[in-house]
Amino acid sequence: MTVLLILIPAALALGAIGLAAFMWSLKTGQYDDLDGAAERILLDDDVDGDVGD
Amino acid sequence: MTQTRQMEFVVPGMHCAGCLSKVEKALNSLPQTDYARANLSTRRVRIDGSELTAETVIDTLKAKGFDAIPFEDAQTSSAVDREARQLLLALAVAGFAMMNIMLLSVSVWAGLVSDMDESTRSLFHWISAIIAIPAVAYSGQPFFKSARKALGAGTMNMDVPISLAVILATGASLLVAVRGGEHSYFDAAVMLLFFLLIGRTLDQMLRARTFSAAQTLLGLRAQTALRLDDQGNTKKIDVADVTRGMTLLVQPGMRVPVDCKVLAGQSDIDMSLVTGEAAPVRAAKHSTLYAGALNLSGALDVEATAAVEESFLSDLIRIMGEAEQSRAKMVRLADKVARIYAPCVHILAGLAFAGWLILGAGWYGALMIAVAVLIITCPCALGLAVPAVQVAAVGQLLKDGIVVKSGDALDRLANVDVAVFDKTGTLTTGAMTPIDADRIPKKALAVAQALAKHSSHPLAKSLLNIDPDLALPELTDVAEHPGEGISGLLDGQPVKLGRRAWAAPDSQAPDQTTSELTLALPDGQHTHIGFVDTPREDAKEIIGWLHAQGKRVILLSGDHPSVAQRTASALAIAEWHGGCQPADKVDVLNALSAKGERVLMVGDGINDAPALRAAHVSMSPACASDVAQVAADIVFQGAALKPVQRALTIANAADKKVKQNFALAIGYNAIAVPLALLGLVTPLIAALAMSLSSILVTGNAALVTRGKAR
Repeated sequence: MTVLLILIPAALALGAIGLAAFMWSLKTGQYDDLDGAAERILLDDDVDGDVGD
Repeated sequence: MTQTRQMEFVVPGMHCAGCLSKVEKALNSLPQTDYARANLSTRRVRIDGSELTAETVIDTLKAKGFDAIPFEDAQTSSAVDREARQLLLALAVAGFAMMNIMLLSVSVWAGLVSDMDESTRSLFHWISAIIAIPAVAYSGQPFFKSARKALGAGTMNMDVPISLAVILATGASLLVAVRGGEHSYFDAAVMLLFFLLIGRTLDQMLRARTFSAAQTLLGLRAQTALRLDDQGNTKKIDVADVTRGMTLLVQPGMRVPVDCKVLAGQSDIDMSLVTGEAAPVRAAKHSTLYAGALNLSGALDVEATAAVEESFLSDLIRIMGEAEQSRAKMVRLADKVARIYAPCVHILAGLAFAGWLILGAGWYGALMIAVAVLIITCPCALGLAVPAVQVAAVGQLLKDGIVVKSGDALDRLANVDVAVFDKTGTLTTGAMTPIDADRIPKKALAVAQALAKHSSHPLAKSLLNIDPDLALPELTDVAEHPGEGISGLLDGQPVKLGRRAWAAPDSQAPDQTTSELTLALPDGQHTHIGFVDTPREDAKEIIGWLHAQGKRVILLSGDHPSVAQRTASALAIAEWHGGCQPADKVDVLNALSAKGERVLMVGDGINDAPALRAAHVSMSPACASDVAQVAADIVFQGAALKPVQRALTIANAADKKVKQNFALAIGYNAIAVPLALLGLVTPLIAALAMSLSSILVTGNAALVTRGKAR
């Protein structure tokens, strides 16, 4: 049964990582514009330097 | 350093990648902008920048062909966003806790029949407790808060038994952990929260959509007005700064900003959105104009007779608010069930506890059985299946171009007895067509069209559609007289087309009740051309279908009674009321609902808005005034009335599904509750039964668009 001492914390930690990742994505607004992201991929004009430089 | 300001604008016309990049580029190229980002889902743009004014942004976007509306209610919107975020977080926490506790529970259940020793079991219970207690305390908040509010008001809602079940199950399980017992209910408590939170989140998503639809109302009110000073100069001012007695200029094509009186000038005013009158009205000195009317032909100097908050439009918004309150008294189906269900559950659980205590099960055993009863009876079908049905039905309608703004609108739509229609713009297209066009002498028609060509008046435009290939005579000296008509010279002789009193003051022809144009020819002959607005193509078919469904159909129009009657008889509507003011329409609806009738109101005008709110449920076409669209529960696209039929069909199908789901839930309770009362329900059975019933009702909900609806 000592294996439980590793497995239970491991299971909890994995779950907690998933939860933390979800919270992070929610907080940083990843779900704010679900339609925009799909359309933005079609724009190839970010060479103009609006974003990222 | 200047302060960076953040502003938000609603850009309704932005709907593809191209628009998005145009909007962002235009704004980012402004020197004052630090950063601009558009959101395609909400159709909003956020701009950070110093020294940036709303006007600059609006003008910049206008130059690119987009209307932008300042989004002033950022606070409310962030409150809605925050609520959505909190629900999602609660759902995530509950999901995390549920999965982990389930892992432990499965081990305990397996351990009961194999070789798990007592200390391991106890360890598992304690770990479950450590996960479950914070998770319940956090994820249960939406239910606890609502239950506390209901209890504070001395009422019961569904959240009361939910909260009680969750708290009791958690508390009793903690007791089990302390006493080293066999069964704990942590898994059931958290799973209950998880399923119910899914329902709550779906519900909230529907409501958030309503909210964004309501934003356009702000846009309608955030107009500018042109102030006229003594020297005759004009200055653009915010409509909110208009005070009584101020002199304003209303140019052709502008909406009248506040209620006012005309000081100088003549024009035709399109009141269709305000009063429902299809034909334009003439405005001259001393005429009274209402906010929201559209100036068609000539510039008018007007004196404001009311500030914006006292104007007709604001009046309507106030009536809408009052109508809203009366609707709030109506009980949703789920709440109706809750009122009976919640006390029953409490009584059952109480009886189980008392009964087993008397039978000698001990207070601990009796408590466990009472908790099992509470968990088994917990209303997953109400909490999950109703929103699930609504989301499925609303999604289907959205694909058909019908936007349902709140889930319970479907609930209300399914049970209507009476359908009330507005005339102008709803049953009719709002466009005027000449009556008996064939009977107009060709020569007169040619002259009339030659004159009409020079006008933007709706009646004149419609005249041009009669016979487009007609050879038109040459006219000279054509002049438009706003509010009167058009004059010109035909071979040196005067001809006039316009208002009868102006074009042919001595005409002996009987007065017409429809709107008309009069053509005066040099030989003293007059031709009167009457106009009516044409019904939508499928109006008759839809009215027939409604009658066939056993619904009563009523026509309510702000237009002249004779015009209303003409449309009513053309569409085979027996009941009609003409000349209705906005408050009259509300009165008619209230009289109907006082008789217990549930009314569907379909309308498009600003004058319909209070009625749309007062009705049991309401629909409005997408071409309607903004206020009407905000007031209506359902907005449909397209030039036809077919969506009314479609929405009713889907609503009925959804209603059937909801009832089916209730039946499923009740059937499940009928089997499970006696078992729980007998003390035969272990946490394993409780957890399984709950998941199965939840999956069953959700699956059934997804079938709402199948079958007859198609």
